[in-house]
Amino acid sequence: MAEAESKLVEGATGPWEVIIGIECHAQVASKSKLFSGAATEFGAEPNSQVSFVDAAMPGMLPVLNAYCVEMAVRTGLGLNAKINKRSVFARKNYFYPDLPQGYQISQFDLPIVGEGEVVLDMAEGITRTVGIERLHLEQDAGKSLHDQDPGLSFVDLNRSGVALMEIVSKPDMRSAEEAQAFLKKLRTIVRYLGTCDGNMEEGSMRGDINVSVRKPGGPLGTRCEIKNVNSFRFVGQAVEYEVGRQIDLIEDGGEVKQETRLFDARSGETRSMRSKEEAHDYRYFPDPDLLPLELADDFIETIRASLPELPDAKKARFVEQWGLKPYDAGVLAGDKASCYYFEKVAEGRDARIAANWVTGELFGALNKLNVEITESPVSADHLGELVDLISDNTISGRIAKDVFEIMVETGDAPGKIVEEKGLKQVTDTGAIEALVDEVIAQNPDKVEELKEKPKMASWFVGQVMKASQGKANPAAVNEILAKKLGL
Amino acid sequence: MSDLTQLDIAGARDALGKGDCSAEELTNAYLDAIHEADPLNAFITVLPGKAVEMAKESDARRKNGEAGPLEGMPLGIKDLFCTEGVKTTAASHILDGFTPAYESTVTRNLWDAGAVLLGKTNMDEFAMGSSNETSYYGPVRNPWRLEGDDNALVPGGSSGGSAAAVAANLCAGATGTDTGGSIRQPAALTGIVGMKPTYGRCSRWGTIAFASSLDQAGPMTRTVRDAAIMLGAMAGHDAKDSTSINTPVPDYEAALEGGVKGLTIGVPEEYRVDGMPKEIEDLWQRGVDLLVEQGAKVKTVSLKRTKYALPTYYIVAPAEASSNLARYDGVRYGLRVPGDDITSMYENTRAAGFGAEVKRRILIGTYVLSAGYYDAYYLKAQKIRTLIAQDFKDAFEDVDLILTPTAPEPAFGIGAKTDDPLSMYLNDVFTVPASLAGLPGISVPAGVSDKGLPLGLQLIGRAFDEETVLRGAYALERAAGFTGKPDAWWRS
Repeated sequence: MAEAESKLVEGATGPWEVIIGIECHAQVASKSKLFSGAATEFGAEPNSQVSFVDAAMPGMLPVLNAYCVEMAVRTGLGLNAKINKRSVFARKNYFYPDLPQGYQISQFDLPIVGEGEVVLDMAEGITRTVGIERLHLEQDAGKSLHDQDPGLSFVDLNRSGVALMEIVSKPDMRSAEEAQAFLKKLRTIVRYLGTCDGNMEEGSMRGDINVSVRKPGGPLGTRCEIKNVNSFRFVGQAVEYEVGRQIDLIEDGGEVKQETRLFDARSGETRSMRSKEEAHDYRYFPDPDLLPLELADDFIETIRASLPELPDAKKARFVEQWGLKPYDAGVLAGDKASCYYFEKVAEGRDARIAANWVTGELFGALNKLNVEITESPVSADHLGELVDLISDNTISGRIAKDVFEIMVETGDAPGKIVEEKGLKQVTDTGAIEALVDEVIAQNPDKVEELKEKPKMASWFVGQVMKASQGKANPAAVNEILAKKLGL
Repeated sequence: MSDLTQLDIAGARDALGKGDCSAEELTNAYLDAIHEADPLNAFITVLPGKAVEMAKESDARRKNGEAGPLEGMPLGIKDLFCTEGVKTTAASHILDGFTPAYESTVTRNLWDAGAVLLGKTNMDEFAMGSSNETSYYGPVRNPWRLEGDDNALVPGGSSGGSAAAVAANLCAGATGTDTGGSIRQPAALTGIVGMKPTYGRCSRWGTIAFASSLDQAGPMTRTVRDAAIMLGAMAGHDAKDSTSINTPVPDYEAALEGGVKGLTIGVPEEYRVDGMPKEIEDLWQRGVDLLVEQGAKVKTVSLKRTKYALPTYYIVAPAEASSNLARYDGVRYGLRVPGDDITSMYENTRAAGFGAEVKRRILIGTYVLSAGYYDAYYLKAQKIRTLIAQDFKDAFEDVDLILTPTAPEPAFGIGAKTDDPLSMYLNDVFTVPASLAGLPGISVPAGVSDKGLPLGLQLIGRAFDEETVLRGAYALERAAGFTGKPDAWWRS
């Protein structure tokens, strides 16, 4: 494995290196909010999941949700990060209509999780190691709705107080692809851990991307933070656009100003939201309503002991123990649902054959149907049964592909299909001998030709298979032909 | 019975228990007294209908043998406690029209103990003030006046309405809240007992926040015994307040007896501030003498960082307040003054909704938390706060209680200090240190000034040792024998 080289971007004045850091907001998969008992279900009627605390009614106080703390620690452990046994909740003060308290309860100088590391697979044998700066817990804000009334804005507080984990990377990414890979890797990890559903469309995962450019080896450039990037595709678009904008700006003699920019998904462009001068002074200070959070060693160790096998470990096991190609292993380990499916198929079988079927036929079929693996018409049990039918010579690999197609269409078990359609492989040597004899008898000219051209043997194999309607065991056909033709 | 409002809580408890009067009669007597005391402006909201209804329910409970420890006791509630279905103002214009849909834990506890809600008492706006002059609903007048002088005096603050109501017999007892002295100082200025328990002893849930790390509810009563009875009902752990402490509530009334024999009382030398009036110094000495006569030992202690307490307090409390009051933005409840856009709506609402003192503290608090100033002000103040707490801890190695004056002067005239905030802030010089340390403190009326105004002495105890504080206060109260009552000038 080698660390990836920076992919340079060619400008008019020569190559540029892109520096990217990401702040990812991942919603904790909890039933209730970070500091109140209100529900967190997505898509509920506006303002139907709001407690007095979430609405910041006078005299209301936050009470920390222990489950969210557990999920944050779990995520930290999954990111190979340091768990801070003492952390402090702080208030981040600013005014906005969807922020009822006038401050967000977050963590500032003492977050619950410290430094960690994530390794990205960029190509066969090439990785990118991205440092994790920190992970902290904080409340989400509500949502302002500006399109409900010509003169008024409405506020939906259902999200107000929902627990978020803000995961901050170090500025270790060097291209849009790496930025995308980082977010995908984070999503995989939190999904394995069950700490966030990773659903970007529902806003459960959102990224703010810090982008700057520099001459290779030169000092760091001024960065811009791009907000509102809520799909992997947009991450690519936003970074590409922003890199081009910054390079053009510098090469035209201008300079990049530190600012917050908003990604506009419609135009694919970023535009200025607020400059550094306009940046808020958040006046962070420890929230006096909450005591410092102290974690006991056994609390952390109990969580550590309950961690599932994570994608990197799974990939390594697939390669080392099961002999999978690193690429296939990476693809399978990189998605919790695919991995779960694959492991079910591979259990007690030849894992390489299982991997070929899952990454080949199955993924192809799912792509064509445009469905997730969790909605696959072919169950893992059925695919495993199909692999068994190949392994015990009940059907040939070629017939298996036909059977698979029927499985996709009907969802039936392969054994049932083979039985009903009479696709069982013929391994009865007597029956195959009869077919071989028939082919030889019908083609004396070809037998003559064979003597000159030994490659003709495959023509005979084909004829015999055809005569058997594909059901003859190819190995047996080869063996008998060789004997009869004296090859 | 002639005048039921003459009964303190313990007395009313006996009368109600013996059937000498009903809760309804008692409640009506207080409602009449409140009605007659309009000039005091002690109440923002009076609730005759609700009070009588609660009193009838109380009488029914007593009939069924279900009497609680405060059964039938008509109370005034500082208008900082949220009361379900009853307008709650924090004495601020910005909460116009706000009626909570929930009941604060402290008042819930009181109703569960059988108490009756007479009304919501006046106070300094958001509990910011030491004279009850910052209320949007106008100043409260102290029931006490200078001999031969009809000019109104302040009752102290911020729990000035509660203090005046208790002093004028407009309720059997009242709740207060104390952030830097807001129970103890008005108690001293009106000749009543006011106790701030240890931070964490009473839940803050449902009490409108001023400075979260300092705010603490407590009883304001005519006697130390009443304070013990009331505190027992108010206190207790609350899972809804993460800073509330989960330890059992002792029987405070049982802790009163025993006297101060065997106790060591500390007298902190640093509290002898420059320019302390002689009458205050004399009162303090008298307190020492009385306790010694009762068998206590007295020891001089040093609380070295006392002089930093007030500046520390005026950084920490406004910092927290600036954040706590951010929610009053005109968006969800209370006052909204329209504007061209959201920013001007915020500005118009907060400009009109907050009074001058609240604005002053929001500005101070915002300043001390600002980037570049945080370390020099807020962080440093927090460090000094830790040292002040350590001073007390060290002192309590040697003594059981600390005796100080409650306030540096008796009640002053309305308007006398409104243009001089610093001189106003100095009124809390003796109460603020215990607040910063989170310790329990009580003010006991112990004498009168040269011109006949009540003066109070403060006893400070160890954290969660309210029992010793009450025991010392009970002994001091009996020894001092303060029995004065203001003549009811407001009735004429």
